[in-house]
Amino acid sequence: MQKLERKMRVLVAKLGLDAHDRGAKVVARAYRDAGFEVIYTGIYQRPEQVAEAVIQEDVDVVAISSLAGAHLTLIPQLIGLLADQGVDDVLVLAGGVIPEDDVAALRAAGVAEVFGPGSDLDEIIRFTTEHVQRA
Amino acid sequence: MELTTLIERFLQGDRRALARAITWVENGADEAAALIRATYPLTGRAHVIGITGPPGAGKSTLVDRLAGRYRQMGQSVAIVAVDPTSPFSGGAILGDRIRMQRTLADPGVFMRSLASRGHLGGISIATGDVVGLMDAFGFDVIIVETVGAGQSEVEIMELAHTTCVVLIPGMGDDIQAIKAGILEIGDVFAVNKADRDGADRTVMEIESMLDLGHMGEAGVNRWTGEVKANAGAYDRLDRTGHHGAAEVGGTPSYMTAAARHSADRHGTANPGDVSWRPPVVRTIAKDDQGTEDLVNRMVEHLAFLKETGRWEHLKLSDAAAKLRELISTRAARTVLGRAAGAGDLERLTRAVAERTTDPYTAADELLTRYLTL
Amino acid sequence: MPNDERKARFAGVSDREVRRIYRPEDIQGFSYDRDLGEPGEYPYTRGVQKTMYRGKFWTMRQFAGFGTAEQTNQRFKYLLAQGQTGLSTAFDMPTLLGYDSDHPYANGEVGKLGVAIDSLKDFEILFDGIPLDQVSTSMTINPPAAIALAMYLAVAEQQGVAWDKVAGTIQNDILKDYIAQKTYIYPPTPSLRVITDVMAFTASHVPKWNTISISGYHIREAGATAVQELAFTLADGMQYVEAAVAAGMDVDEFAPRLSFFFDVHNDFFEEIAKFRAARRIWAKLMREKYGAKNPRSWMLRTHAQTAGVSLTAQQPKNNIVRTTLQALAAVLGGTQSLHTNSFDEALALPTEDAVTVALRTQQIIAEESGAASVVDPLAGSYYVEHLTNKLEEETFAYFDRIAAQGGVVKAIEKNFFQQEIADSAYRFQKRMMNGDYRVVGVNAYADPNEKLDTRLLKLDPEVQRRQIERTRQVRATRDAKRAADALFELRRASGTSENLMPYILDCVRAYCTEGEISGVWRELWGEYREESVY
Repeated sequence: MQKLERKMRVLVAKLGLDAHDRGAKVVARAYRDAGFEVIYTGIYQRPEQVAEAVIQEDVDVVAISSLAGAHLTLIPQLIGLLADQGVDDVLVLAGGVIPEDDVAALRAAGVAEVFGPGSDLDEIIRFTTEHVQRA
Repeated sequence: MELTTLIERFLQGDRRALARAITWVENGADEAAALIRATYPLTGRAHVIGITGPPGAGKSTLVDRLAGRYRQMGQSVAIVAVDPTSPFSGGAILGDRIRMQRTLADPGVFMRSLASRGHLGGISIATGDVVGLMDAFGFDVIIVETVGAGQSEVEIMELAHTTCVVLIPGMGDDIQAIKAGILEIGDVFAVNKADRDGADRTVMEIESMLDLGHMGEAGVNRWTGEVKANAGAYDRLDRTGHHGAAEVGGTPSYMTAAARHSADRHGTANPGDVSWRPPVVRTIAKDDQGTEDLVNRMVEHLAFLKETGRWEHLKLSDAAAKLRELISTRAARTVLGRAAGAGDLERLTRAVAERTTDPYTAADELLTRYLTL
Repeated sequence: MPNDERKARFAGVSDREVRRIYRPEDIQGFSYDRDLGEPGEYPYTRGVQKTMYRGKFWTMRQFAGFGTAEQTNQRFKYLLAQGQTGLSTAFDMPTLLGYDSDHPYANGEVGKLGVAIDSLKDFEILFDGIPLDQVSTSMTINPPAAIALAMYLAVAEQQGVAWDKVAGTIQNDILKDYIAQKTYIYPPTPSLRVITDVMAFTASHVPKWNTISISGYHIREAGATAVQELAFTLADGMQYVEAAVAAGMDVDEFAPRLSFFFDVHNDFFEEIAKFRAARRIWAKLMREKYGAKNPRSWMLRTHAQTAGVSLTAQQPKNNIVRTTLQALAAVLGGTQSLHTNSFDEALALPTEDAVTVALRTQQIIAEESGAASVVDPLAGSYYVEHLTNKLEEETFAYFDRIAAQGGVVKAIEKNFFQQEIADSAYRFQKRMMNGDYRVVGVNAYADPNEKLDTRLLKLDPEVQRRQIERTRQVRATRDAKRAADALFELRRASGTSENLMPYILDCVRAYCTEGEISGVWRELWGEYREESVY
């Protein structure tokens, strides 16, 4: 019998009408190759759907990719929905085309880190591993 | 979350508590045994359905539709979907939620993606316990979708009350190749993507293989009273060939485990034995066609299990299997742990390697000395 | 490997290994007449016109759109004043997906990636003061393309411009959406039906309109290699030809109005060869496979856009240089029109200054570099001819693989393209991470102390509110019965095999919104959902 072990689980999500999924897929594969279990929910997700998936899948991390400029509306909405349900131990990351000026607002809303275009995949993995809140 | 809080919230019906409990069980956390102790008395009520079949058969979409059908019948549904873990990294991409979005919008549905974590056989080590938690939580129906990577996925038939094998047209020789592994475990068969060329042929092939392998009368489902149009065609073969269970009367000793399972679960042609001949249903999951029929067959199968006493019998054999597994792992852990601690394990291992003793004698010695409470 | 070389393997962005030198034996059997022909002659390897840019420059067409119709109208007028020769409209995500600005799903997305369009009212403002018989307009929109075309034609009516004077392009290419861009709404069968309806309608009423822009751009941007872009795009093209022929049209009736849209990426010579190979393959397919008789049916006319994915957020001014090289490759490859990306686009929508530099880049190539003075100047280069042959050969190999799956639609259902693209995208990312592919300012010559000081375009946060207000106003003041009747008729016709364009036009004229029209089809045809692969 194989030994059971703790695996980090990460949800890679696209929110809203933003269909640019190249980055999300590359990040999902990078997480897998780093030994994570990755739940990928595809494009056109509403914040409500992602919040429900975070809960049911009991992930440690939710990584949101945004390239369509709706991040300031949809990401805080998702974090709010999670908070309403008492989810406070999930690491929230954002990536994609997010102007520097919006980063502060996302951080204030509860995003732990924002990874802009050209971010190093290793850096994303390293940050995730170091900052996952649950033991 | 504390264990006691978690159990309390679990029993109150908090979905987050269920999700966290699954995580603990999956990770083999220290709290897992206590969780199972607290929830086990509540299990044994749900109808557990296994969905298996090769990659590309459309299993996830079919599960999405089946869940929708059960919801229409007022049943609550939990889904477990197992995807393979990468042998290189230990990671996995679990993408089944994408194909289940229609039903996942429904608050009466709970879905969890599991990675196989290196376990072969179509499900992960923890899948059984995860299903147990969902059962205890109160779901009426639990659908388990296996990895479907083509390997022999017999474990699902141990876990599920009703196993549905999903195939698609145009598999041709593949059916021949997989029939031993897959045809014997199905209680219900779905030929999905039935709008594709070759659907009739695939249905025919499955029907005839079922008739050849079936322990009951060819083409006859005595439970539903249904007689297949082609029932007579293989009848003679069935009774004179080496599959002739009818003449031997009972379960021949040379049957494979899966065939014996099939005889246990589906009945034989013995007079008075009410048999279940697995039905073959055509579906087009993407258009929700045939899925109502498929669900009806599953409901019929559940009735068959219950009213022939098999439901209770399955509980017994399941309990026996659970005990057997726990005892063998725990006994092994106890003996090996104690023997290692005392240095006897290393001593006897060397002795066996150097041929100064043999494995049987060494094992006897360790068991005698350490298998005590 | 000769040990005096920098590395063991030389490969560009598509990971195609190239050798140190190319010689006559690398193009063995090369025949000038058969493989190249004269410019403007079959198989058009050297270009679709005899004189190419000596006659007239390519159309300089900058893609623009953001915020409200008023803002985009101003940007259009600015670009025309700077010497741009064609318009190109970017729509926001809700518009591309058939949702009105007040739909809950549109929240936060209105006017973000392009202009927000709900009703004819918005189109009237968008083209206010722009005579539609004097510009050609490209509209990048797919499932609602027929609606956008109808709105454009309705504006022409209002301006008193006859439809046969109206010129432009709608993208209208749904197959690449299933494959890569993902802005699909309906399943393939009804989607293809609307496309063939548009083809048939424009063939008889709007003869200067390009009914479809068969696009490799998004396939490439999603991570495909050059040959994948080429093969998948041309395979889509064949699928449209077959759909139109199956709908009863004669190939020469619609084929001259098919146009293409390719990416132009970093690997300079591979890109030039790609355009040349594209023309040769298409000419062969149209003449030999589909039996087209009209030479215009054989010609692959294409728009090109520099590669958005090649832009870096780091040291953004470097993007001007990247774009220049890519634009030069498109010109040497013989494109008919070109969009050059602005250097700040890895960060946000471009500012006016950045757009101006991008347009000037094209003007400098046209006026100063000499590249526009000679037709197909790289013909006969051992390397370029070898690459052109290789790309053609590999493209036909992909055609065989697609045919083996049962054609394009079946291959989409089996996720063939999606998997190929995802694999290439990931391979590229890995090469970048391990330093095999070097990007200046990112994994080579990076400046660790770099601070972004680019002045970014700020979108007015009031856009969504104002747009919603306008659309509600339109719904409140229009002739309600006329609008309801038009939608009813559209619904009825959509269930038959009638051409839908006249019904769409009636809806648009009655100020039915894009969301209402799309809603009819959503209800009738359902929504497509993909089986994502990664």
